[in-house]
Amino acid sequence: MSRATTPAWTPVCPLDRLDEDRGVAALVDGVQVALFRTADGLFAVDNLDPVGDAYVMSRGLVGSRGEVRTLASPLHKQVYDLTTGRCLDVAGVTLRRHRVRCRDGLVEVRLRQEE
Amino acid sequence: MSERGGRLVVVGNGMVGQRFVEALRARDRDGRWRVTVLAEERRPAYDRVRLSAVFDGVDADELSLHTPDDGVDLRLGEPATGIDRARRVVTTATGEIRYDALVLATGSAPFVPPVEGTDLPGVFVYRTLDDLTAIREHARGRHTGAVIGGGLLGLEAANALRLLGLATAVVEFAPRLMPVQVDEAGGAMLRRYVAELGVTTYLGVATTALRAGPDGAVAALALADGRTVDAELVVVAAGIRPRDELARAAGLPLGPRGGVLVDATCRSADERIWAVGECAAVDGTCHGLVAPGYATAEVVADRLLGGAATFPGADTATKLKLLGVDVASFGDAHGVTAGSLDVTYTDPATRSYAKLVLSDDARTLLGGVLVGDASAYPALRASVGGPLPAPPLALLAPAGGPGAGAGALPAGAQVCSCNAVTRADLDAAIAGGATDVPALKECTRAGTSCGSCVPMLKQLLDAAGVRQSTALCEHFDLGRQELFDLIRVRGIRTFSRLVAEHGRGNGCDICKPVVASILASLGAGHVLDGEAASLQDTNDHFLANLQRDGSYSVVPRIPGGEITPEKLIAIGEVARDFRLYTKITGGQRIDLFGARVDQLPQIWRRLVDAGFESGHAYGKALRTVKSCVGDTWCRYGVQDAVGLAIALELRYRGLRAPHKLKSAVSGCARECAEARGKDFGVIATETGWNLYVGGNGGFRPRHADLFATDLSTEALITMIDRFLIYYIRTADRLQRTAAWIEAMDGGLDHLRSVLVDDSLGLCADLDAAMARHVAGYSDEWRDVLEDPVRLRRFTSFVNAPDVPDPSITFAVERGQPVPARGAPPGPDRRRQPVALGLPEVRR
Repeated sequence: MSRATTPAWTPVCPLDRLDEDRGVAALVDGVQVALFRTADGLFAVDNLDPVGDAYVMSRGLVGSRGEVRTLASPLHKQVYDLTTGRCLDVAGVTLRRHRVRCRDGLVEVRLRQEE
Repeated sequence: MSERGGRLVVVGNGMVGQRFVEALRARDRDGRWRVTVLAEERRPAYDRVRLSAVFDGVDADELSLHTPDDGVDLRLGEPATGIDRARRVVTTATGEIRYDALVLATGSAPFVPPVEGTDLPGVFVYRTLDDLTAIREHARGRHTGAVIGGGLLGLEAANALRLLGLATAVVEFAPRLMPVQVDEAGGAMLRRYVAELGVTTYLGVATTALRAGPDGAVAALALADGRTVDAELVVVAAGIRPRDELARAAGLPLGPRGGVLVDATCRSADERIWAVGECAAVDGTCHGLVAPGYATAEVVADRLLGGAATFPGADTATKLKLLGVDVASFGDAHGVTAGSLDVTYTDPATRSYAKLVLSDDARTLLGGVLVGDASAYPALRASVGGPLPAPPLALLAPAGGPGAGAGALPAGAQVCSCNAVTRADLDAAIAGGATDVPALKECTRAGTSCGSCVPMLKQLLDAAGVRQSTALCEHFDLGRQELFDLIRVRGIRTFSRLVAEHGRGNGCDICKPVVASILASLGAGHVLDGEAASLQDTNDHFLANLQRDGSYSVVPRIPGGEITPEKLIAIGEVARDFRLYTKITGGQRIDLFGARVDQLPQIWRRLVDAGFESGHAYGKALRTVKSCVGDTWCRYGVQDAVGLAIALELRYRGLRAPHKLKSAVSGCARECAEARGKDFGVIATETGWNLYVGGNGGFRPRHADLFATDLSTEALITMIDRFLIYYIRTADRLQRTAAWIEAMDGGLDHLRSVLVDDSLGLCADLDAAMARHVAGYSDEWRDVLEDPVRLRRFTSFVNAPDVPDPSITFAVERGQPVPARGAPPGPDRRRQPVALGLPEVRR
């Protein structure tokens, strides 16, 4: 799908509904998004594991590799850079990232357009 | 000349015959030789050195040395009956085989002294697996046994009889036990050990006759001094004689004491006939040990491919554990070299005896004897013929003392005598990039036969400055065991404090689950509480097993596999109502597949109400304790296997460990519960329980080892308690019990000393830790159901909890739902349903 207009910010949940370093899944405009709250702020990526082809990324473990904030797939443990979406273990694999912010205690997501 | 290749016939498929064939085939890249092997026994080559292990519960198949090779025509049960040297043929019962080269590897036969009665039923030799089977059969229902011969093999046989439950005596003509290997003082120490095990010794006396009892089988030995020894089973272990009858009949010259006379190239007087192993009299001398046998095998393999190898001389050094006692002798153990000096050390406290034989200037080590503590053996044996690696007393003091390490060895010293690997070979392998013991074993074969040099391999790695990193991951420099102790001793309860004080960064998918498991083992509350929730790996995250489509499976606990009809129906109803795929697992439980995250609490609610709890199929934790039906129903059962399995499963349920734990209880030796494939397994005996530890199926199947016998239920539970807590505290991440024991310095013996003799003073602490676990257990599923905060995590979408995950859809196969999505691992493979008897669908 592709859209002519920029997608809007969609409120998802209160910030205190998110536990630090433990993800949740959200449904935004029919797209499954994995949301994470970390000490470095909020992150939103596709919930679809591009390698395992199942909607599970919200259940992965958050951590770090060197200076990079990471997320590991719960299926086969490939590790992704949460900031860029790039897979650090499999060349050429990327996790789509989405915009996320916190407004008045509410977490909002804006889908990233298909490239 | 026979080196050009052609037909090669090998007579004999024992350890040396097999080693010869392997060595030749590995080097014969052009396929110069077509190999036929004639084997007398019906089973292919096996490890005769470890023969007695079958009485410790090792399966005969585990002793096999056979590697299938299409290029070798192995004829089992077809011994050679004659050699016609003029026509170059070997005859067997079925015909003739032409040869261009013939290798005799016929080994030895036990020597049975010409004493009246050795032909009675109940008299055995101790050489083949069939001998051991016959001994085991005959021992049934009998009470006394005797061994004629107090050498290596005799003592090994005595231990076997002891393990079979016979009151055992050893009769030795020489004035001490193991006369060939140890001196008088060493023999005295050995005799003391043997007496403690309940084995009676008669030394310096000959057996004059074997007497039959009323049933016609042997019943007693008559000794030359007039005494009689009751023995309803007799093993003759009075030495061996080379099997040279084929060579003798073919007119080949023999050695002065028998054996096929060969030169240093192992070639006989006939240029096309070679001899290897115990049947070969190399320059006139037969060697009854496997290491020189292997050396002859390598020589002939090299020669038959045009090489120029010669026999390097025999290393007669031996180290073995006899009746639980370490005994070693090496080099000129008896000090027969002119002018040699002895340094002896006797320590009644540690009950060890050691002797070093030095050259007349006390500078060169010639040989020695060790009894009781043989830890210095590898370094000493490697130093024979060279300077001492340390002052004598430092070498002989218990535990080898300082400076006895392999680091002090000269380059030419043989570290592994079984496979003739020198320090120089090992150093080269280390320089070539081998950074751990497995890598060294892989590229040099050192440590792959008897294993006694493995500690030296570690020392050589250390000496070369190769440090084995025990760091868990980039966030912690400590290994799992150190982290466990740190968390336990400092009372750390959170990952964030641990990483802040003792690590760096934010953790990862390696260290977080490890710490989560350690905290759970130390009773730090529910695994989904507070910060712990963010540490849990894939399955623990939702207390269920993640499947490839993102759905989960649920396994309720069915202790011991026993279930009432009502409970069985309840599971069926849950599966039907939630439309779950249902399968019986290997662990006697029922696995319900296809549950969505939001359905998990609803499913648990129904199961908990029906009296079920979590089966921990998702955790690195105790899974199930399988059982047979035991004496409740079975005609053969001798104990209540089901009752014990249930008790064990309920005691250890919820116990989190470095890896999953599996267990089983069998009600008799028929072993229907497959207890020996488990981390801890129990087999009933007439008088109690036998405990086996360290077995596992999985990636590298391994049979469990017998840890203790005939335990009462109470003693059994104490042993398992200690075993489990010690494993949980000291094993590496994801290390199953089998690998944990294998990696332990001292292995099973060390484990026994810690858990039975309390050698580290830990037992009270281990017992208390298990008591805390048992008292603190609660069902993880119920705990979630009763807590709204924990419960709210089990939603499909944080902003749309009523919308089920649309990606989880099912197809139908054999009347049940199966995932419609989720990629199988590996390259893109389309799943093909199996439909036998139908033409394959090509796409």
